[in-house]
Amino acid sequence: MTKFVDLTLSGVSTGAVYAAVALALVLIWRATRIVNFAQGAMLMITTFIASAIINSTGSYWLGFVVALAAGLVFGAVVERLLIRPVEAAPPLNAVILTLGLYTLLVAAAGMIWGNTPRSFPAAFSLRGYVVGGTRLLFTPNDTFTVLIVLAVAAGLGLLFRATSLGLQMRAAAFAPEVARLLGVRVSRMFTVGWALAAVAGALAGVLVAPSVFLGPNSFDPILISGFVAAVLGGLDSPPGAVIGGLLLGLALSYVSGYEGAALAPLAALVILVAVLMLRPGGLFTAGTERRV
Amino acid sequence: MTAVTRARAMLHHSTLARSLAWVVLAAVVLVIASDVISSYDDLQLATGAFYFAVLAGLTVLAGQSGQISLGHGALMAVGAYTVALLIGNEGWALVPALAAAVVVTALVGVPVGVAASRLRGPYLAGATLAFAVGLPALADKFPSLLGGENGLTINPPTPPSFLGSSFPLERWEAWIAGAGAIIVLFALYNLSSGGVGRAWRAVRDDEIAASLCGLAVGPTQAMAFTVSAACAGLAGGLLAVVLQLAQPGAFPLQLSLSLLTGVVLGGLGSLVGALWGALLLTMLPNWTNDLAHSFSLSTQVSANLPLAIYGVVLIAAMILWPSGIQGGVRALIRRLRRPAPAGVSQPTGST
Repeated sequence: MTKFVDLTLSGVSTGAVYAAVALALVLIWRATRIVNFAQGAMLMITTFIASAIINSTGSYWLGFVVALAAGLVFGAVVERLLIRPVEAAPPLNAVILTLGLYTLLVAAAGMIWGNTPRSFPAAFSLRGYVVGGTRLLFTPNDTFTVLIVLAVAAGLGLLFRATSLGLQMRAAAFAPEVARLLGVRVSRMFTVGWALAAVAGALAGVLVAPSVFLGPNSFDPILISGFVAAVLGGLDSPPGAVIGGLLLGLALSYVSGYEGAALAPLAALVILVAVLMLRPGGLFTAGTERRV
Repeated sequence: MTAVTRARAMLHHSTLARSLAWVVLAAVVLVIASDVISSYDDLQLATGAFYFAVLAGLTVLAGQSGQISLGHGALMAVGAYTVALLIGNEGWALVPALAAAVVVTALVGVPVGVAASRLRGPYLAGATLAFAVGLPALADKFPSLLGGENGLTINPPTPPSFLGSSFPLERWEAWIAGAGAIIVLFALYNLSSGGVGRAWRAVRDDEIAASLCGLAVGPTQAMAFTVSAACAGLAGGLLAVVLQLAQPGAFPLQLSLSLLTGVVLGGLGSLVGALWGALLLTMLPNWTNDLAHSFSLSTQVSANLPLAIYGVVLIAAMILWPSGIQGGVRALIRRLRRPAPAGVSQPTGST
């Protein structure tokens, strides 16, 4: 029973990280109809930057803030320089381009920081809470992870629903031509979408790095999980991404707890294929079925 | 005189005759080349041959059937482990083991292909990406059978005795891998020039029109994936024979991405392009090594240089010449003959 509770709690914590990556993918998908396969490598780079700042200044929070700021700039620059030329091209071109960016970033990180994974500090204690004499696997740092991801998701929700910028972004995504006629600077909205997405990704990187260690390939499974979570939520809805992330976190936590961690990526694949076969629009859409 | 004319006409009209002529030509080139070059180059030739086998399958899948796969590195692992288990544990002979690798990988490819036939674009890329990341982890799940991280080793193949006792091992490996590549070339050339290839292209270009013509869209795409998986399985089996090893570290996600680079660079759908791609994947690690030596770069940099180049090639290819080297050369020739009007960009028609 304790094991089940532990697996559930750690599932919620990893699920929050998946939710952040899924949010990043969903924001980009909404803005430009591209799945950013380079997301895992982009958040790897920002986490390495955070690591360098933390090591040289000794301040965790400075590194944390710099990582998010670096993500903001990085996302905007990638959209401007690389994505814009292929936005009008067939979808496969964008897929290949983001995979190329993934490859280049992984290689660059290996050149600069080496391929051996290194440790990364956590924001809060990694010793689990004690409840009724038993020590749980859930730690103060996990609480922080869950809360900050929920806060970012709520903030994004607020941005989209309650601000003029959010309205313009939604308009640019859903009806670019009409939005342009009404004076929305559509391509600038795309850049903003990519920048915000990269911030969510950078957050996920800093949160998950203490448990997976920091290396050029450390975040590949996180990207897969984030993609599966985003598809679970319908790939189009930020709340869906959060719920999908939490559900997937729980499912993968049970699989790796009871059947071994080696099976977790394959379990993610099975869930992905099952969802795409049975409910291609995601778990939460009531509308018409969409051909994927 | 009439015999020559008749032979010419036959080569012109019959795909089978034309492909057989190519097979004979390739075999002659293989035998002569492997005799002339050094034993190190023979190994390179063998490496290029198994890369060609998998790239040819992948480029036909992407170009003719319009499906992308990032899972072909994992499919190669299936073929490699099949060969290593059958030769190492069961004592099978080389040819039946390679044939079994083709069959097993094709069988694995069927469910993946059925799933893939219902997915499009980024969804298909994501699903096959998950396959590439997830499958090699199975070696850790069954360490006693699959050898865990260390993988399985097999004994090198022995050249048959009629070739003489001094026949070098590397040349024999080049012959084995080259023969596999030629079989793949023959099969894919005939499939894609015939009715099957026409069905693939019809489904790729317009699913609704194709199904109106009586083509079953899903099964046609699943079949393309299975054929492509079989090629990857053979390539993986050949890899196990040439390297005498099947191990999870040989099939990382980067392998699938470098395969993608190979077909993108060669141009999707072109078998000649697969040859370019195989050349790149075989030679690039050597070139970057030489480069690293002459500029005395650290191993940290030189080990990652090929990967960086793959990334740059993928990005540049998509932005500058989305139709690959083969398409780029063709476009260049066209432009030299007749200057194209400015401002007209050419999208990839085949994707």
